[in-house]
Order: sequence, then C-alpha cells, then structure tokens
Amino acid sequence: MLKSFNALLVRDLKLAARVGGSGVMGLIFFLMIVTLIPFALGPDLNLLSRIGPAILWIAALLATLIGLDRLFQADQEDGSLDLLRLSHAPLEIVVLAKVIAYWLVTGLPLALAAPFLGFLVALSPEAMLAMVATLLVGTPALTFIGAVGAALTSSLRRGGLILAILVLPFMIPTLIFGVSAANAALGGTIPFMTPFLVLVALSLIAAVVGTVGAAAALRSGE
Amino acid sequence: MRLSVNNLACERGERRIFEGVSFTLSAGEALVITGRNGAGKSSLLDILAGRLHSAGGAILLDDAGERALPECLHYVGHRDALKAALTAEENLTFARDFLGNPALRPREALEAVGLAHAARLPVAYLSAGQRRRVALARLLVAHRPLWLLDEPTSALDTASQEALRLILERHRESGGMIAASTHSPLFLKDAKEIRIERTPNLPPSVGEGAEHSETGEG
Repeated sequence: MLKSFNALLVRDLKLAARVGGSGVMGLIFFLMIVTLIPFALGPDLNLLSRIGPAILWIAALLATLIGLDRLFQADQEDGSLDLLRLSHAPLEIVVLAKVIAYWLVTGLPLALAAPFLGFLVALSPEAMLAMVATLLVGTPALTFIGAVGAALTSSLRRGGLILAILVLPFMIPTLIFGVSAANAALGGTIPFMTPFLVLVALSLIAAVVGTVGAAAALRSGE
Repeated sequence: MRLSVNNLACERGERRIFEGVSFTLSAGEALVITGRNGAGKSSLLDILAGRLHSAGGAILLDDAGERALPECLHYVGHRDALKAALTAEENLTFARDFLGNPALRPREALEAVGLAHAARLPVAYLSAGQRRRVALARLLVAHRPLWLLDEPTSALDTASQEALRLILERHRESGGMIAASTHSPLFLKDAKEIRIERTPNLPPSVGEGAEHSETGEG
C-alpha cells in the first residue's frame, strides 16, 4: 500500500515538473494578484500593511483553486483513473497521494514565497513569519476541501467554474482563521495561538473529510 | 481461480443496455466478446473492472484469497491510461510500482512489444499504435490473473497483432484468464465466445423496468 502511495506521489510530482505541469503556475498567479493590489490601492503603506495578510490569504486561496480542476480530471480524461482503481490500496490512499503531491507543488511554494511577497504589501518581519506559519498550516485545508470539488467535477468538461462555486464557501472558515491568526501576530487583543490552533484543527479535519469525501465522489462517478 | 458472471444487466442513463449475460471463465480460458457498436461490450468490461455499477446479476470470484476483483485484473481500455508527459519507461515503472506483484522490468516489457527503442521517448511523441503497445506492455509489468481488453487490436499493425496474440497465449498457458471485446478475430486457441445483444428499449409506459429485467430473456 505504501509502495502504491509513493509511486503515485512521485508520478504526480514528476508530471508537475514537466512541460504543461501546474507546478509554477500557481506561484506566478499568486505573485500577479499580490502585485496587482498595491497598484489598485495606491502607495498608502499603512493601509497596505494593515490589509496585507488578507491580500496574501485571498491570493493563496485563488492560486490554490487555479489548477485544482485538473487534479482528477486529467487522470479521468486519459484513462489513468481506471488504472488507479485497480490498486490494492483503497481509493482514499490514491486521493491522499494526489492531494499531497498537489499541495507540495502549490501550497508549499506559496507559503515559502510569502515573505518575499510580504515586501510588496509592506509587512513587518513578524507579520511575514506569521504569514509563512499560517499559510503552511492553512493551505492543506484549502487543498483538501478543493479536492472534494475536484473529484465531483472530474467528469465535467468545463468543471473549473463549478468547482470554484462549490468549494469557495467551504473555504471561508479557513480564510477567517488564517487572516485573524496573521493579524493577531501583529498585535491586538487575541493571542496568536488561539486562531492559529483553530486553523490547525481545520486542516486536520479537512484532511480526513476531504480524503474520504473525494474518494466517495470518485467512486460514485462513472 | 474462477470468474463466474450470472445474469448480468447493465443500465446507463436509465436505459437498459443489456441483460441476462452469463459466462464463466476458469484458469487458462479466454473469452471473446462480440456484438454490434453500442451493444455494451465496453460496458460489460467496465462493470468487471469496477468502473460501472451493474444493474442486476452477480459477479463471483472463486479461489482469489482475500483479493477483490479489481485487484486481480488488468484493464486496457480505449483510453491508454498513459501520461503523455512521461516517457514510456516511466509510465511502466509507475504501473509496476503502483499495481504491486511486479513481473517483467519496464525495459523487458517494452522489448516484448517491440518498443525498446522508444523507452526514453515521452509518450506524447508516440503514434496511436505505439501508445497502444505501451499500454499493452503494462500487462507484462505486474502479475494479474485476469486481463480485460477492450478492442486490444485497434490501431495495431499485423505484426503487432501477432505479437499480442503470442503474449495472450503465453498468459493463458501460465494459467491466466482473458476477456476481450473485439470486432476483428484475435485467433486465440479455442476461446469461448459470447455475443452481446442490445436490449430493445421498451416505451416508458410499461413502467416496470426493474421487474421486467428479472423475468426477461435469461
């Protein structure tokens, strides 16, 4: 079972690195959004640093969504999904391997790139650290929630938009606690750990519900 | 190991495709599924592979230990299940590691289908026939007793068809089972044959589809 898991993880990482893979796309998209907002708002540094964490979080959320529709659809289209059903590992393991691979090429680079992008929105050093920490533990929740939508829309031709409509409402709690944890690090009445631990809990819950839910969606679909 | 299919029925989008399909398959046997376009040949293989749910009937697997049916079979369908960005060898390496019970090395399997020279080429560069051969090479990289083949000879030239026939016969000699849907003859030695006929769809006014299927042609 572990061997199947590893094989699939390695395959998906390789695919992301090859031509046409979604590896760098999410990161560039993230950069674009974060760059656009200061242009729209004007050079008000105080305003930017106040809403900086919110900008970074919304950008991360959208960047996670951008390649998510292909998560299972690509395998559905070329027939690989039929091959993935034939393993002795249950479909949940298949989903888990694919989602972790997806997070490693989108969520993780986003979290690591956050300090550099923090400069663009005038974040203080503590805020940058807080951003890395919250994105690191928060983006898995986004990916796992999105995976359920990706599995549900895998057999639809233009599933990307439906996917976004389906999963965005469920991402709101993650967004709320992610931004409030980052803001708490900047000062304020609530301690950083309170929203941060809720964010960790959200990720853990999403990991279980998302894996089981996406596997169930793949099983029920043709 | 023995596969018995009893009175299997298939429905897609509320329409009955076929019903009353029964056959058994024991070690070393091959089954050739024929029928017109749209008769449900692929649907039958899809049900066996676990891709579709059957609308009735039973599929039984004897002497398979604790393994479920999908873990005992290879499925090569219309879509080759290959990743275009990966090389032929990488595709097979993945299948070998993922499916378990490794058999031939990817290189040896590619040699068996005459594609050793293309091992390092991305599958995107291969022709339809070559891709089909890489997909068929997947049969050789992992031990699975039952092979489900959907139109295995499509896009293959005559030499490759002969190579495929030899591979299939060798699999049968070692106790394997084959179920293949095809339009062109596969020339397999004393293969069983079943012909699938599409169930004529009755007007909805009859309104007792489920009951009808039980008493239908069996």
